[in-house]
Order: sequence, then structure tokens, then C-alpha cells
Amino acid sequence: MMAQIDVTSASQDRPAMGVDLWWIPRGLVLGLLAFVIFGPLANLLLWTVAERWYFPHALPIDYGFSYWGRVFAPRGNATEALANSLTVAGLTVVVSLALAIPAGYALARLRLPFRAVILIAFLIPQAFPNLTVYVNVARLFYQLGLNGTIPGVVLVHVTHGLVYAVWIATAAFSAVDAELEEAARSIGAGALRAFLDVTLPLAAPGLLASAIFVFLESLDEFTGSYFVGAPDVNMLPLLLYTAGAGGNYQVASITALLLLVPSIGFMLVVERFLKSDVLSKVGR
Amino acid sequence: MSLIGHPIVPGGRFSRKTDMPTPALGLLLVLPALAVILLLFVVPLAASVAGAFEVGGGFGFGNFIKTFELYTSDILFTLMIVSLSTAIIGALAIAIGGYLTLGENPRAVALLRWLYRWPMFVPFIVVGQVLRTFLAKNGLMNNVLIGAGLITPMDATSFLDWRGIVIAFVWKQTPFVALLVAGAMASVDRGTLEAARNLGASRVRILLEILVPQVAGTLMVALVLSFVTMMSVLSVPLMINAQSPTMITADIAFRINAYGDYGVANALGVVSLIASAGVAWLYLRHSVKERA
Repeated sequence: MMAQIDVTSASQDRPAMGVDLWWIPRGLVLGLLAFVIFGPLANLLLWTVAERWYFPHALPIDYGFSYWGRVFAPRGNATEALANSLTVAGLTVVVSLALAIPAGYALARLRLPFRAVILIAFLIPQAFPNLTVYVNVARLFYQLGLNGTIPGVVLVHVTHGLVYAVWIATAAFSAVDAELEEAARSIGAGALRAFLDVTLPLAAPGLLASAIFVFLESLDEFTGSYFVGAPDVNMLPLLLYTAGAGGNYQVASITALLLLVPSIGFMLVVERFLKSDVLSKVGR
Repeated sequence: MSLIGHPIVPGGRFSRKTDMPTPALGLLLVLPALAVILLLFVVPLAASVAGAFEVGGGFGFGNFIKTFELYTSDILFTLMIVSLSTAIIGALAIAIGGYLTLGENPRAVALLRWLYRWPMFVPFIVVGQVLRTFLAKNGLMNNVLIGAGLITPMDATSFLDWRGIVIAFVWKQTPFVALLVAGAMASVDRGTLEAARNLGASRVRILLEILVPQVAGTLMVALVLSFVTMMSVLSVPLMINAQSPTMITADIAFRINAYGDYGVANALGVVSLIASAGVAWLYLRHSVKERA
């Protein structure tokens, strides 16, 4: 498919010009985009190894890793924060999908009264500035003994991430042809069997996408972690914010880099998910 | 996973009718997820809305009067920033999705596909930190502009104001919307596009007159999600522009941290809720019209 396009575009461009002049605007736009995307990230990397850097110096005055030592010192708590962040995000994905798969299936396939209202209900946690809500949640959790615990933070993140889980799961189940499941039913499969063997595997790429969004939402989440988790459950966003607010851009940048590593790891998974998505279209 | 190879049941429509499950089953499946939202969000939300009207033991509009006295400019500032960001995000997402679908040079398409998605995986709090250093007076952006001879060091200004917030929102949210839009565009029938191309329609015209109307639903969902996300982000305004005028979320944090003033904080929350509900309502009206 790729080779085919290559041949046609080459045959269009080469006889006329010898060199494809369209690469000038293409290169300019793509180069600008690359600068806009990677410039800020390069700046972050510079800050992680800058010992001293102030205006008007274009680049850091001294380079070194002394701040890395400070972050990973036993008092820096970065390793504990990293472990807490990953644990919370993983548990949030498990709980969210356990709730979203049945809900998404029902919203996509079954007759539901007030379907639009139910869909909008999952948007509520994203539609209201969480700050004031989390203060009340923290008070409730304090009475239940959940404040300052990992399950408490997970519950807050699940509430926040459910909109991605449910909306994307609903879309994923809607995209699967209903007649395939009916075909399975008509040759004798039970409702659960037809769901597990036919609909769920076909919706899996979409569900994986929703899991990724929930994971990243949890990793990103700052406000809820601050009110429900801190100071007992130390997490990376809290570490980053405190360092940045104190003007320590080196420690803030190193923490930011630690948050980027799992995110970029997930980009590779999304890459795979998209490839399988493209492959499934080839069969049509 | 060939769909063609599957047996198509004759009378599929009929069997769907007889198999129609009761609404009770659907509700049962939705209930656990709804219960989480209800107990962990709607109940505390109701408490905070009630708190917005609580004035010294009784109920009244005192908090709202104080809110509009102090924060009218911040409310307008927030709405303008989020609306502008949403518009830019929508335009960029259409451009990216359009090029990925209609681009004729496979190498440029592959490059763009590899490039545009990076910021989506960067958490908001990291975006705040990354752009705070990038857009600052001695940030890499100004240094490159100076190095390229486009501006002198004297002209270098910090972008850490409303522009910084818009840049942060657009930087982070565009890939998410573009990913969904590009996915929807990829599933539009290629035959229609090629027919239009063969009849001499330009790619811009195909994008605006065939592709965009067909993916409008997906685009709207993605933009609504983005809008409400941006209305709720605390870290970006706190880290990029915490001085006045700033965004509602930063005001709420300030009200609670500095004064313990839950009344005004809750009232600001209600204002933000109304704005988000308005956008969600626009989307609902659009989707109802589509179905009719």
C-alpha cells in the first residue's frame, strides 16, 4: 500500500522537477512543528543538568548532576513518590475498566432510559473545578479512614478518569458490528459467551486506548492527590509542584522528567494499538 | 480479522427485536460506575454548591455578590482563554487530521504522524513546568529567536501571561483532539474522496466540504472533553501565570489557602460549572439535531 503511493507520487513529481520542491514548505512546517514540540522538552533536559543558569545567559553556566543526587537522596523521596504514582495509576486503570466495560457495553448496545443523561453524568467530574469538591471528599474520607491512603487516592482518580474509560469504551463497543454478536447468538452462544468471544476482543484496541488515557489522567492528577493523599501518600506531581513553587527548577525538572518516562513508555504501546487498528481496516 | 468472511445471519434485524434486553439489565450494568460518580463526586459537589449559598449560617447570594465584585475580570479572562484555546485546538486538529488522511507524500505523512502525538503523553503538571522554563525571558524560545537574529536581547519578553496559558493548553490538548479526528477521518469512505479528487476538487475543499462534516460528531466530543478539561486545570495557571488576571481555578485555590473562604471558592466553582454545562448543552443539542 505504502509502496504503491510512493510510486504514484514519485511519477508525478520527478519528471517535472527532478527534485520535489514541495519539500521546502513541508520541511518548514514540519521543522517548525518539531521545534514547538521538542524545544520545550529540550529546555527541560537542559534544566535537569544545569548547576547555574540565569538571565541573560543563553545556556547554563555550569553543568552537573548534583541535583540528581539531591533528588535521589533518602531525604529526596523521589523513588517513593515514583512507586506511589505508578501503583495508584495501575490500580486506577484496573478499577476503572472493571466499572467501564459493563457500563460502556450497556450504553452502546442495550436499551437504556435517559442514555444521554447517564453519558453526561460521567463528564461531571471533569466539568467542575475539582478543588472545592476534593475538599469535601477529603473530609468524607477522613471519617472513613481513607484519607492519606492509597485506596483513597485511587478512588479519587477513578472518579476523575471514568469519563475517559466509559466514553471511549462506549465508542469502542458501538464500533463493533452488532450483527457479529447476533450471529454468535443465533448459532447457540449465550449472551456472556458471545460478549467474551466476539465483542470484547473486537473492542479490545479501543479499551486499551481508554486504559492508556485513564493511566495518564491518574499520573497527571494533582489536585485530588494534594487534598486526599498529601502528606502521607507522596506522589510525583506533588514533589514537582513543591520544588517548582520554591524556585528550584532543577529538582522540578528532574521530577518532570521522571513523570515523562512512563508517559513515553506508553506512547510505544499506543503506537502498537494504532497499528492494529490500521490492520483491522485492511480486512474490510 | 476479516469482516467479509463472517456469516451474515438472514433476518438479523428480526432476531435483534426478539432479543431486545430489558432496560433493567442495562441499568444494572451501568449502576456500579454511576454509584462511584454519585458518591464520590455528585454528593460532595452538591455540598459545595450548597456551600456557595451559605452565608453566616443562613442562605443568600452574598458569596456571588462578592465573587462578581472581586473576580468578574478573571471569569471573563478564563472564558476567553479557554474558548480561544478550544478554537485553535479545533483548527490545528482538522489540519493535522486532514494532512494525515489526504497527504500524498508518504514520507511527510509518516513524519507528521510520528511528530504530532508527543505532547499528548506529557502530564499537565509537566507541561506547566516545561513551558514555564521554555517561554521565560531567558528560555530556549527567546534564545533561539535571538540566535537566529530575529529579535535583539533587549526585545526578549516573557510569554508567561495569558499567551503562555493558551500555548500550554494548545500544546497539550491538540494531539488528543487530532488523534480522535484523524481516526474518524481514516474511517471515511476512500471511494468518495478519490471520486472528488478525480473530479478536480482541491484537497482543501475535500477536507472542508467532505471530511470535516463527516467527522463533526467526533470533533465536537473531543473539543467538549478538551474544554471541560481546561476549565478544571489548576497546575497550568498556577505555574505559568498566577498574578492577576488569572484563571478561576487559581482563584479558588487562593481563596481556600489564603482566607479559608469556602463560600466564594464554591461560588466560583458554580460559575465554572455553568460555563461547562453550557458547552455540554451545545454538544447535546447538536447531536440531537444530527439524529433527527
